[in-house]
Amino acid sequence: MDFAFTDEQKMIQDTAQSFLADVSNSDAIRAAMETELGYDEQIWQRICNELYFHAITIPEEYGGMGLGYVELVAVMEQMGRYLLCSPYFSTVCLATNALLVAANEEQKAIWLPKIMEGTTATLAYTGRNGKWDAEAIQATYEKDGDHYNLNGTLRFVPDGHSADLLIVAARSKGSLGDKDISLFLVPAGTKGVTQTWLPTMDQTKRVGEVSLDSVDVTHDKLLGDEADDWPKLEKIIQLATVAAAAEQMGGTQQILDMTVQYTQERYQFNRPIASFQAVKHQAADMMLRAEVSRSAVYYAACVAQEALSGGALADELPEAASVAKAYCSDAYFSNASDALQLHGGVGFTWEYDVHLYLKRAKSMEHFLGDSTYHREKVASLLLD
Amino acid sequence: MQLSFSPEDEQFREEVASWLQDNLTGEFEKLKFRGGPGDEHMYPEERKVWEQKLADGGWTCVGWPKEYGGRGCSIEQQVIYFEEYARAGAPGRVGHIGEGLAGPTIIAFGTEEQKKKYLPGIVNGTELWCQGYSEPNAGSDLANVKTKAHFDEEKGKWIINGQKVWTSLAHESEYVFVIARTDPESVAHKGLGFFLLEMDQPKIEVRPIQQITGTHEFNEVFFDDAQCGADGIIGNPGDGWKVAMGLLGFERGVSTLGQQMLFQNELDEIISIARENGAAENPVIRQRIADAHIGLKIMRYNSMRMLSGSEDGSLHKEALIYKLYWATWHRDLGKLAMDVLGEEAEMLESAPYNLTRLQSMYLFVRSDTIYGGTNEIQRNIIAERGLGMPKEPKVQIK
Repeated sequence: MDFAFTDEQKMIQDTAQSFLADVSNSDAIRAAMETELGYDEQIWQRICNELYFHAITIPEEYGGMGLGYVELVAVMEQMGRYLLCSPYFSTVCLATNALLVAANEEQKAIWLPKIMEGTTATLAYTGRNGKWDAEAIQATYEKDGDHYNLNGTLRFVPDGHSADLLIVAARSKGSLGDKDISLFLVPAGTKGVTQTWLPTMDQTKRVGEVSLDSVDVTHDKLLGDEADDWPKLEKIIQLATVAAAAEQMGGTQQILDMTVQYTQERYQFNRPIASFQAVKHQAADMMLRAEVSRSAVYYAACVAQEALSGGALADELPEAASVAKAYCSDAYFSNASDALQLHGGVGFTWEYDVHLYLKRAKSMEHFLGDSTYHREKVASLLLD
Repeated sequence: MQLSFSPEDEQFREEVASWLQDNLTGEFEKLKFRGGPGDEHMYPEERKVWEQKLADGGWTCVGWPKEYGGRGCSIEQQVIYFEEYARAGAPGRVGHIGEGLAGPTIIAFGTEEQKKKYLPGIVNGTELWCQGYSEPNAGSDLANVKTKAHFDEEKGKWIINGQKVWTSLAHESEYVFVIARTDPESVAHKGLGFFLLEMDQPKIEVRPIQQITGTHEFNEVFFDDAQCGADGIIGNPGDGWKVAMGLLGFERGVSTLGQQMLFQNELDEIISIARENGAAENPVIRQRIADAHIGLKIMRYNSMRMLSGSEDGSLHKEALIYKLYWATWHRDLGKLAMDVLGEEAEMLESAPYNLTRLQSMYLFVRSDTIYGGTNEIQRNIIAERGLGMPKEPKVQIK
C-alpha cells in the first residue's frame, strides 16, 4: 500500500502549481472576470500547446498523454487553489469524460483530436428544476428515421455560452426518471441552438443557457446507446464530481494559507493576531478541513481512475464521489467563511481576494449537488 | 498511488485471522468485543490469561524488532494485525501500555541491562504496565509535574513522592512508569526524570476513580517515599521530558485502522437500530447517519495517508489533525446513537446503573476530546506546528 503521489505525479502537480501561480494571479483573475467569455484565450492556448493539462486522460492513440485521474486531480487541485478562469473544467472534466465514457471509436477519433487542438466543449444536462440527477434532464428528443429532433432549455451549463461543442442530454418526450435518456453531440452553430451567457455572482466561472429549438441531429451524433444512456451519464457526472471536489480542496487549502499569512502580518494590541488562541483555533479547524478534504479527494481520484480503467475499486465510484463532494463542499465554504471573518474589515472589500473564494466556494458547493444532496445519496446506499 | 496490500501482506492477514479464529474460543469466547476503551474494567483476570495466550502464539509486540522478542513486522503488517484483531472482536489488550509505550521507550532510550530486565515480561504477557504522567495540576499543562524524585545515596535508591491521576489499569499492573522532578528548583519540562517502579510496594497506594459511567478503569496513584533502584531511571536525571515525548514524533498510527473497525462496529449497531425503529426514514437522522459514515470513511483514507507518509520524521499534517478529527467524530457518534434510540436511550440494561453498550459509548466518548491532549490543546499544536502560528505570550503572574 502506498497512498501517496509518485514522483511523476508530484512533478505534474509542481508544474501546475508554478504555472498557475504565475498566470492566475489576482490581476489576471480580475481581468478575466471583466469579460463575457470569462477567461484569457492566451492562457487556454498555453495550456493546450505547452502544458497539455487538457490531454492528461486522453489516450495516446488520440494524441493525448494517456495518464490517469490521479494526475488530473493533481492539476484540478491547483486550478482550484489559484481560481483559474478557464474552460478546463467544462472541456476536460465534463466533455472529455463524456467522450471517454460514452463515445464510440469513430466519434473518439473525430472529437478527441479536436479537444487536443484546443476546441472547447461542455456537458449540458440540467434543465430549470435545479436538480442534479436524472430528473434534471428536461430537454427532449424525438426520433425521426435516422434523425433526432431536440427541444428544450438547458440551464446552469458551465461555459454553455461559449463552448465549441455541446454534449447534450435529452429524454424522449413524456419519459420519466432515468428512462429513455440519450446523449447527443451538438456543435456550436448548429441550426436552432442558442447559447447565452447568464451573469453570475461568482464571476470566476461562467455559466450559460443553451436553448434548443427544433435542432436536427443525425444518428452519427448520438453518443452511447439510444434511450439507455443514463448509466453512462451518471458515471460521467460522478467523475466530474470527483474533479469538482478536487477543485474545492485546492481552494480550501489556499484560503487557509492566505489567512495564516494575513493573521501573522496584522498587528493589534502590539501582537500579531495569529498569536491569539481565538484566531489559532479557527485556523486549526481550517487546516483540519483542508487535510480531511485532501484525504477524501485523493481516495476518490484513485477510485475514479479504476472506474475508467476497470479496476477493482470501480464499483466504489458512486460512494467515493459523494463522500468527497459532501465533505469538500462544506469544508470549502466553512474555510472561506472563517477566512473572511479572520481578515476582518479588509475581507469585506472588493480589493482583497477573499470574496472571490467565498463566492467560488458557494457556487461550487451547489454545482453538481450540495452536501445535503450527496449525504442523502450516501444515506440511500446505507439505509434503503 | 497503490491502495491494496501486497500478496505477502495478504497472506500475513490470513495467518493473523486464522490464529484468532482458532484461539479466540472456549473460555475466551465471552471476551469478544469486551475490554476496550470505556470497558477496560471488564474481565481483567481473563484478559490477563488471554494476553499470555497471545504471547504463546507470538502475537504480542508484533512491531518490535526481533532481537527484543518482537515479530519485526513492517508498518503494513502491523496495520493488518490491528485490523484483524479488531475484526475478530478480540478483547482490549491489558498489555497495551507496556507494548505500545513502556517497551518502545525502553528500546529507544534504555540500557542493555534495562532491556533485558523489562522487555521479556512485556513480550510474554506476564508483566503489565501503567502510565504515570498526568497529575491533579498537570493535565493539559503536562510539564507542570510536582511529583519529586531524589536519590538516596545510603539506600542506593531513587525515592519518589507525589500523586498521579487517570492511571488506567494501575490496580492490575506490575510496573508503572513515572515522570518526576529530579531537580526541585526546576520548572516546566526541565529537570525531570523518567522512572520505572514496581507497583507491589507498600509506599504506593492506588485509589479507583468512579467515572461518568459509574464504573472505574482509571485510578489515582499516591507515591509516599516509593522506591526504585539506581537502574530504575531511563536516561539521565533531566532527560525525562525528552524520553517521555521521544516516541510521539514517530507515531505512524499503525493501530488506527483497528480502532476504526471498532467505530464501524458501533456505527453498524446504530444503523441497524435506525432501520428497526423507523429512525432511518427521518430525513434529519438520515443526514446525520450519512455524515457519520462519510466521516469514518475519510478517517480511513486519512490513516492510509499517515501510513504511507515518508519515514524521515518530517511533519505530516494529516497525522497532526488525526486526534482532533477522530475524537470529535466519535463524540458526535455518541450523540447520534442516543438520538436514533429516542426515548429508549434512557432505558438502562438493569439497575443500579448497568449501561447498554451504546449508552456506555455515549458517556465514555466525552473523554475522547479530553485525554491525550484536549481538543483545545490539539488546536494549539496544529496552529503552532502545522501552520507556524506564534505561541500565546505568557501572562506574568504577580
